[in-house]
Order: sequence, then structure tokens, then C-alpha cells
Amino acid sequence: MESLFEFLVAAFLVIAGIFGIVGSYGLIKLNDPMSRLHAPTKATTLGVGGVLLASLLNAAAFGKYFSVHELMITLFLFLTAPITANFIAKVHIHRQETRESMPSAGEDHHWATHDTPEDEEQ
Amino acid sequence: MKLLRRLVPHPLLTLLLTGTWLLLVNGWSLNSLVFGFMLGILIPFVTQPYWPDRPRISRPFKAIEYVLVVLWDIVQANIVVARIVLFKPNSERRPNWITIPLDLKTPEAITTLAGTITMTPGTLSADVSDEGHCLLVHCLDAPDPEAVRDEIKQRYERRLMEIFE
Amino acid sequence: MIETASQFAFGCFALAVLLNLWKVVTAPEIADRILALDTMFINAIALMVLYGMALGTSIFFEGAMIIAMLGFVSTVAYARFILRGNIIE
Repeated sequence: MESLFEFLVAAFLVIAGIFGIVGSYGLIKLNDPMSRLHAPTKATTLGVGGVLLASLLNAAAFGKYFSVHELMITLFLFLTAPITANFIAKVHIHRQETRESMPSAGEDHHWATHDTPEDEEQ
Repeated sequence: MKLLRRLVPHPLLTLLLTGTWLLLVNGWSLNSLVFGFMLGILIPFVTQPYWPDRPRISRPFKAIEYVLVVLWDIVQANIVVARIVLFKPNSERRPNWITIPLDLKTPEAITTLAGTITMTPGTLSADVSDEGHCLLVHCLDAPDPEAVRDEIKQRYERRLMEIFE
Repeated sequence: MIETASQFAFGCFALAVLLNLWKVVTAPEIADRILALDTMFINAIALMVLYGMALGTSIFFEGAMIIAMLGFVSTVAYARFILRGNIIE
């Protein structure tokens, strides 16, 4: 039993490390700005999630303390990652794209980032 | 009943705050439960003017299924993205914008859908249209944008429709 | 076994932070810099939790949580400043 937990913790740590480095490598390797957003938001979430899970297991199986803070940090990161990604995407759209360079917005006129005060007055 | 409604405007938020407080305290005792519950009553009451509407969840059990599906997809997403980053040269990748027409109407449901899209394989929600009828999604590698759009509508939006509407 | 694995993870995340730092310094566009900074925050959380695990204390979790919250708020504030020229309107 002991060695099973040990193996699990070690496996989580190795997986987490690999995903962490892949996320940051993607940031450098991918060549267009919107694609660069993909690598860190996803890979890093599992990277940190793996470390936190390993820590949770480790503390529960061998440690003198039991802690649920890991769960909280994981939940917090899972909830905030999409929001930061969305904000950074909006910064990119705001600075690099124009209304014409974006795909059509279906039945509406344009995307919310390109909303200007003049539109609202109409 | 009306008084209760005014004192506890968001019962779900109250539960969530109590749970969060217990997690923060990192232990289980009656003391922290009561204090957490007090915070759970006080905070929604004080911040009431900022959220006048209450999200309606008609089928809570569907929400559990949804969370499990999304968790599984997050793990898959990580593997898919890691494989693309490591093994696919930039010239073979087909990054693409897709527009998803929305059937969902409530802001909570649209936010959940956008968050889900960001966390799942190879897609990232970037923006909504100015009237809120469409969602702009960026794909890391999508040779066939139509298929991605249909899958998102089938897999996530249909479930969210059942939960929220 | 855990020792070796955690050293491996330490190495990975340390390298990841260095890669992010490189990106923060050389990125041509502001969106990339914000992204690199955000990733650095997340990697720092992982490093901190690993350190706490190696030392066998739970004292670093408060720190990790504060970094998580500060990272989120500062990223959003930075992005919002670029978007609107103002943080609280």
C-alpha cells in the first residue's frame, strides 16, 4: 500500500513537471499570438493541478498534517484560467485586429471588444 | 418568506461562501462553520445591489454530469495541446477563427460555456458579439472548423441548455 | 522515488520560469508579455507548493494562495488597463 501511494505521488509529480515545461515551451515555439495563448492556459493548469494533487496525496498518506488548501488553489486556478485567457485574447484583438480583419459576427455587427461609444449612441 | 428572501438573497452563494470559509480554515469545527455561515449571510446581503438577478438552475443533477464531462475533457485537452506543441511543426498547424451562434440567453450560461470552451481541447473563447448572439472561438489546429463548431454545440451547449433553461 | 520525482519537477518548473522570463524580456507585443507574466505566476505557485512538499510543512500554502490571487488580479488589471486605459471606471 505504501509503495502504491509513493508511486502515485511520483507519477503525478513527473506528469506535472512535463506539462509545466511543455506549456512554457509552447509559449516560445508557437508562431502566432493567438495560438500562443493556448499552450500556457491549458498545459499549465494540468501542470499545477498535478503538483497540487501530488501534494494532497503525499500529505494524506505520509505527512503529519492533512490539508485541503490544495483543493482550493486548484479550484481557484481552474476558475480563473479561462478569465485571464479571455482578457488577454481581448487585448490582442484590441491592439492587432480591426473590424475588417475579424470573421463576421453572425447576426450582430461586430465583436464586443470593437465596441466604441459612438455605436452606443446610435 | 419575503423577509427571508430579502435577508438571504442568494442561498447558493451563502452555501458556497460557507464552504470556501471551511476550506480556508483548513479544518472542521463548529466554530468555523458558524462563522463561515455568518459571512455567507453577511456578504451576499451587503453586495446585493451588484447582482440583482439570481441565476436559475432547473436541473442541478445535470450539472454534476456536466462537471464530470468537462473535467475529463480538460485532461484530454492537455494531452492534445501538448502533442500539438511538441510534435506538430508550425507550418502544418491550421489556426482558425470560428463563430458560434448561441442559443443560450442568460449571461451565466454564456459565461460557463465560454469558460468550458477555453478549458477544452484546442479551442479558446476570445470574445462575444456586441449584442451577445455569437461567440468568437480560436482554434489551435482546426482543418475543419464546421466540425469543431458542431461538436461544441452538441457536447456542451446542449447540456447547458438543459441545466439553465 | 518521491525525492527523485520532485527533483525532476523542480527542474522542469524552474526551467519553465526561465523560459517565461525570456519571453517577458523579448516579446514584441504587450499581449505576449501579459501572458508570459501570468504563466510565470502559475509556475511560481507550482514551485512554492513543491518546496513546501519537500520541506514537509503546510506553511507555504498560504503564500501559494496569495500568489494565485495576486496573479489573477494583476493580470486582469493589466489587461483591463490596456483595453480601456483605466482600471476602475
